[in-house]
Amino acid sequence: MIGLGILKGMAVTARNFVGSYFEKDRLITVQYPEERSPLPENYRNFPFLPYDGDDPEAGLRCVACKICEKECPPQCIYIIKSEDKKPDYMGKPQFYPAVFDIDISVCMSCQICVEVCPFEAIKMDKVYELSRRERFDALLLRKGELSKSNIYYHSICPTEAAEVDAKLAEAAAKKKPAPPASPAAVAAAPPATA
Amino acid sequence: MTVESLEQIKGRAEVAVPGARIEIVPNPGPANQPSLLIDSEHASAVAKFLRDDPTLRLDFCSNATGVDWLDRTVKKTVKVKKVVDGVEKDVDEPTEEKVPGYLEAVYHLYSMTHKHGPVIIRMRTADRADGARLPSLTPIYRSAEFQEREIFDLYGVRFDGHPDLRRILMWDEFQDYPMRKDYREPDDYEYEPTPHDDVLERAKQHYTPRPQLDGAENITVQRQ
Amino acid sequence: MSATIQTLEPAERPPTTMGARLEGELMEVSMGPQHPSTHGVFRMNVALEGEIVRKLKPVFGYLHRNHEKIGENTSYLGSMPYTDRLDYFCSMTNNWAYALSVEKLAGIEVPERAEYLRVILAELTRLQNHASLLGFLLSDMGAWGTPLMYAFREREKILDLFESLSGSRMMCDYMRFGGCRVDATSDWMERAKKIVDAFPRFLDEFENLILSNEVVIARTQEVGKLSADLAINAGITGPMLRACGVNYDVRKVDGYGLYPRFKFRVPLGEHGDTYDRLMMRALEMRESVGILKQSFEQIAAGPIMNPKVKIRAFRPPVGEAYGRIEAPKGELGFYLISNGGTNPYRYRVRPPSFINLTVLEDLCLGHTVADVMVILGSVDIVMGEVDR
Repeated sequence: MIGLGILKGMAVTARNFVGSYFEKDRLITVQYPEERSPLPENYRNFPFLPYDGDDPEAGLRCVACKICEKECPPQCIYIIKSEDKKPDYMGKPQFYPAVFDIDISVCMSCQICVEVCPFEAIKMDKVYELSRRERFDALLLRKGELSKSNIYYHSICPTEAAEVDAKLAEAAAKKKPAPPASPAAVAAAPPATA
Repeated sequence: MTVESLEQIKGRAEVAVPGARIEIVPNPGPANQPSLLIDSEHASAVAKFLRDDPTLRLDFCSNATGVDWLDRTVKKTVKVKKVVDGVEKDVDEPTEEKVPGYLEAVYHLYSMTHKHGPVIIRMRTADRADGARLPSLTPIYRSAEFQEREIFDLYGVRFDGHPDLRRILMWDEFQDYPMRKDYREPDDYEYEPTPHDDVLERAKQHYTPRPQLDGAENITVQRQ
Repeated sequence: MSATIQTLEPAERPPTTMGARLEGELMEVSMGPQHPSTHGVFRMNVALEGEIVRKLKPVFGYLHRNHEKIGENTSYLGSMPYTDRLDYFCSMTNNWAYALSVEKLAGIEVPERAEYLRVILAELTRLQNHASLLGFLLSDMGAWGTPLMYAFREREKILDLFESLSGSRMMCDYMRFGGCRVDATSDWMERAKKIVDAFPRFLDEFENLILSNEVVIARTQEVGKLSADLAINAGITGPMLRACGVNYDVRKVDGYGLYPRFKFRVPLGEHGDTYDRLMMRALEMRESVGILKQSFEQIAAGPIMNPKVKIRAFRPPVGEAYGRIEAPKGELGFYLISNGGTNPYRYRVRPPSFINLTVLEDLCLGHTVADVMVILGSVDIVMGEVDR
């Protein structure tokens, strides 16, 4: 009978329409912005710079090695090294970035800067509601906007932040034997001379 | 991988198309895909032989692309007879050879009937200016039609015998050939907050770039 | 669509892109870059006699970003996110093709679990691409979006899987040279298995909706017939080639990755018309579900990355390589020439959609304007790949 194919199609549509009142699977619209679907942990949008402790300047992990600037494919990172040094999480004095800008109109969220950073200093953020009214300077995130605390990093990516913290603690623990050796050496030297 | 080795194919092609000059271009590296370099006059005949020969039946031209080689100097070590300590010996002497630049068209051929391949053939132009002409393989492989237009558009190689040779990706009135190694982009400057390298050089001509520390002069971390 | 009727003297007529002179009664129409059904910014100059197409010349380049030149100025790793943006529907297979070519160039081996993950993600990509293609084709025919939304419902589930694995729905940037970037947890595997198990039910429903519909049959059968000889000569690959009856699937011919371990059939068509191309995609989706089920059973724990490969300052040896895979749209190949540096000397993408468009004129001649859209929809083009 002609028209049977169309009737079969209409049966499918009717089943979907009626089913959307009863099965959750068939009604998939999320009423944004009142509802927001939860983001998975691995979701990445634009980078940010985590800092340890309370002070964003003192606790910043970045040592301005410029590896991320070199590896970034669209070259959207702009770093200027500082003149002086500050101690990092292991106590060694390192340079720090005086200027660290990311142009998020160019950034393509490829995450290569995170992969190549040897100091766990740049990670991916999840904020996506970043609309501005201007094209150029408003979409240039400077160091102040990019520095967010490690506690924030734990809140957005718990497992990844826990792994990073474990890795940094392990590296710091490996360095630990050196300081106790020097007071012991100092204590050993005067008795030797005395 | 083909049923015959590349040397056998070369031998049979030279027999089938008299006068063709075919060389094997080795391909160092793990990929093991050497290619056949064919001269421009006999390329169409050789391609027709490769397509119609019953053992080879390379009827599928998968990829046709252009490569730009500028004038370069190639370092080679040559055995030279020299007198060393009174004894004449063969000595390895490094020489430099100037190779003039040319444009190349590379075709990857596979066979759909026999399911083997690839056989890679190359054609080189005489030079990078007026002599940049090559015979078109479109009458033999229709898949080369758009790809040869693309090589003409981006590299400037004219294909003789192509049914419809005009620019395909750039607009028709565009002048230069973008994929050449010596292509200079037009100076269509637009403000960019994070310029690097040569973009920074060109940007400097249009505006004074941001001051060096840009407000970060006072940032030092106080530590006792 | 703009229309101009040529009534000038032959010498005064402005140069058209049609090549030969147009007679007085042929009308040249530009089915222009802005069109809801041309799958992106794609333009066709058609010369019409009434409703019948007499000449058709495709014009593209509106999305040309010169990806090949960017590849010459970027390191090998840095080009990986750019390959996502070639065929933006299927970023995982683009990544795999590029990773395969670099692995051929440098002779890198890939651990087994990474190969299984690659196969799983590539087949998931094929599922969502074919489902969306059928949805888009039906929308072009005037189905007002219902099949498209049903297809997109399944596509969203697969994209959610990609998001929880690689961090991004479409621009995944997931494969690396020598393996994959992130490992898949057993949680992710369970979710993927559930989605794949529910897929055949969706396929049955979809086929009931579309494939026996009289309007679809009337508009697609005997329209845009492609002969096998022309298809082979014109370098057509993918479902469009198999619809003409030519048994050539790069997964079976080259046997890259782990495909020789899986049992799957390659569907072939008989007539080479648009309806066969539709059926190709529907049947290939079922085969992909089979491959996915087999790979979920066979995958085992292990490393996912070859430890000898450097991430930064990766310098493959001097040489060249051409690597190809069976992307959902056809044969996607990458041709790389390395001169020993960190950037490739020549980086070339062999785009399947670009080459499949060679025969568009041959397919559309003699058909009406309305059929042009249906035929174009069945060729399955994505402008990011055509123009690069």
